[in-house]
Amino acid sequence: MKTALKIESLSFHFDELKILEDINLSLPEKEFIGIIGPNGGGKTTLLKLILGILEPTSGKILIFDKPIKYQKKLVGYVPQYSNFDTHFPITVWDVVLSARLGKSSLLARFTKSDHEIVSDSLDKVNILDLKNELIGNLSGGQKQRVLIARALATEPKILLLDEPTASIDTKAGKSFYDLLHQLNQTITIILVSHDIGAVSQYVNKIACLNKKMIFHDSKEITNEMLEATYECPVDLIAHGIPHRVFHEHNHD
Amino acid sequence: MIEIFQYDFMINAIIASVLASIAFGIVGTYVVVKRIVFISGGISHSAYGGIGLAFLVGFNPLVGGILFSIGSAGIIAYLRKKGIQFEDTLIGILWAFGMALGVIFIDLAPGYAPNLMSYLFGNILTIGVSELYLILSLDLIILLIVGIFFRQFQAVTFDEEFASTIGLPVNLIYTLLLIVIALTTVILIRLVGIILVVALLSIPSAISINFAKSLKRMMFLSTLLGLIFTIFGLILSFYLNLASGAAIIVVSVIGYLISLLLKSKKIFIKNR
Repeated sequence: MKTALKIESLSFHFDELKILEDINLSLPEKEFIGIIGPNGGGKTTLLKLILGILEPTSGKILIFDKPIKYQKKLVGYVPQYSNFDTHFPITVWDVVLSARLGKSSLLARFTKSDHEIVSDSLDKVNILDLKNELIGNLSGGQKQRVLIARALATEPKILLLDEPTASIDTKAGKSFYDLLHQLNQTITIILVSHDIGAVSQYVNKIACLNKKMIFHDSKEITNEMLEATYECPVDLIAHGIPHRVFHEHNHD
Repeated sequence: MIEIFQYDFMINAIIASVLASIAFGIVGTYVVVKRIVFISGGISHSAYGGIGLAFLVGFNPLVGGILFSIGSAGIIAYLRKKGIQFEDTLIGILWAFGMALGVIFIDLAPGYAPNLMSYLFGNILTIGVSELYLILSLDLIILLIVGIFFRQFQAVTFDEEFASTIGLPVNLIYTLLLIVIALTTVILIRLVGIILVVALLSIPSAISINFAKSLKRMMFLSTLLGLIFTIFGLILSFYLNLASGAAIIVVSVIGYLISLLLKSKKIFIKNR
């Protein structure tokens, strides 16, 4: 199996501030990993490094065995939808079509196949019927799907999602994860969230990130991981994390 | 009503209104959706330095304005690319520095500098035929750039971060957008003056964003609204003997208030 993403002794400093230190991670193709950690723990920074928007201070990131700058087009990005302006007069179709701009030269027109890819992407996330709607008229869950369709329209091999369920309700959240599972049949997915409860039920692997990354290549969250990452595990357990993600406790 | 068309200066003013409305309808749309009204203010005010320099050295003040506003557009784009903090502070400094340079250049210029008020507050009634040609050529340049890069401008104004992840040259596109804004502010300086440029750039688009379903329709609607406001302001200034720039802005603000009323009553909104 091919290695989709390989991160080797990656560090990122902003001025004097150490945001990320000595991150190592290797993911095979079609993996579905959740990266959890507190706000300010460097999750979004890590995504931006994988996207090539930020340059690492040291270390390297390989995507399918090559540096990012040659592989940018293999990585699709789904930002937090609260980041953009919902008053912008643009339809769902045009948002997704904009993803095709990266595929051709500045002056080339969109082709028939561009339009087919946009149509397929909208169909995959089940919102083809909304294609003529204004982005501002959609619900939170629908906007999230538009952003996924836009990322799919770049025809990625790896999909990065930043806090995807931050503003959608639990029911929409579930059907959203079902959708990710379908996409995971062909695409490697990296999902970042501060919400352990939501993430841990659906992903195959979990890593914890708070400046440093703890990853045991499994789905289990150990006490050691939680303590190192959150420094406050009791509080998190009180929030109702599904029990099965923990070690078996052999008290008594 | 007919008698205003008997004057050549009125005909020129009306032609200038049409040409300018096209420019600020299109470019104001980007300014409003990208929320860079303050940046546009910095670019337009720094143009005063160029106007002063033109008086000192002796060339067309609007050409001086173009040089300085494009220069400050370049500086602002550079500051952004560097990711410098306090970007808004630096734009404010650039804003004031351009104005101060203009005042000093004019002080240094020998003799009397005529009509400076008309650059600060505009005077659409004194636009000559040569200036109409200048405005026309700026219009054509703006239309050409926006026509070619419409999709890229849309991508960058909608979601700059995503645009950079798909490999678009975001900094280049953003710089080009600021240059287009610089050219537009120079057109507007003759119409309403440096101090009032920002109002005409933002008010028509601030209205049309509530009623438009795409950037293109928003541009069209902004152009139409801008034209109505300038012509109406022009007529008011002619009959009531008011300063034309100020009359145009007051009419625009009244138009904006009416649109807020319509919006709160949810008229039109459903059909947006």
